[in-house]
Amino acid sequence: MSGAEIGLALSVFLACAVEAVEALTIVLAVGTTRNWSSAMSGVGAAVLALIAIVAALGPALTSLPIGVLRVIVGGLLLVFGLQWLRKAILRAAGLKAKHDELRIYAEEAEAARGTGAQPAAFDGYAFAIAFKGVLLEGLEVAFIVLTFGANQHRVGLAAAAAGLAVLSVIAAGAAARAPLARVPENTMKFAVGVMLSSFGMFWGAEGAGATWPGGDAALLAIVPGVLLVAVAMAWTLSRSAPPVIEVPPAVEV
Amino acid sequence: MRAALLAIWEFVVGDDWRIATGVALALALTALVASAGVSAWWVLPLAVVGLLALSVKRAARHASR
Repeated sequence: MSGAEIGLALSVFLACAVEAVEALTIVLAVGTTRNWSSAMSGVGAAVLALIAIVAALGPALTSLPIGVLRVIVGGLLLVFGLQWLRKAILRAAGLKAKHDELRIYAEEAEAARGTGAQPAAFDGYAFAIAFKGVLLEGLEVAFIVLTFGANQHRVGLAAAAAGLAVLSVIAAGAAARAPLARVPENTMKFAVGVMLSSFGMFWGAEGAGATWPGGDAALLAIVPGVLLVAVAMAWTLSRSAPPVIEVPPAVEV
Repeated sequence: MRAALLAIWEFVVGDDWRIATGVALALALTALVASAGVSAWWVLPLAVVGLLALSVKRAARHASR
């Protein structure tokens, strides 16, 4: 496996794991407080929708000329990665509330209990909340799988890394029977933001006609460079601004 | 249709549209410099550092209010 393929697999695994942890919290909340079979039906429907999106867009993307593909994919990854990194820096600096799965679980469970008694057979509320949670979190993963995978013509490898991450989170959730509050989500999001921005920058520049010194080996300088810049920004911000208490919405990047 | 387009916009562009605009301009500048036969790999790293710094600074100022 080449360095770029390892980077692809690692980025997709981390991004997918962190989104799966968030989706698991939502499904656990509606499953335990409302109706497990309806919640799992919502999960199944969302997974089918996500598979359909990847199956439909994957071949379309991989059929583009490599130069065009790299500009599009690089640009999208860079925009997406910078958004992740921006939020991760603000969280690390204490200017944005960190993800707290236990708090989100409590809020979702409270909202689910507040909607009244559930019907005996099919609970539309549990289905809808589980479907929405998995679809929204999964869309980001599908986007990353498609862009990373298509660019290197390794959609299969990217999908495998995503599947492994989901299975790992499901196994951990089944073992813990609780939200995975101890997963270092904020650190993982920081890492994903660095990887997406780095690969986006690398492919975007190549697609636009630039040549990196050292070719693929330039990634060995780009990734640590982006990490260093992001850590420096978080450190500078945390020393210059007072922490802000902000309650984030339950579903957020 | 409008809702779908808005959702895609929100999904890709996110909280700060300036980042997306800046990335698009930086890619165009990279292509321009490269087509002139000049080394252009440095454009995106500079743009990324600048865009990220400005966006984070703006968000921090907003959060401190």
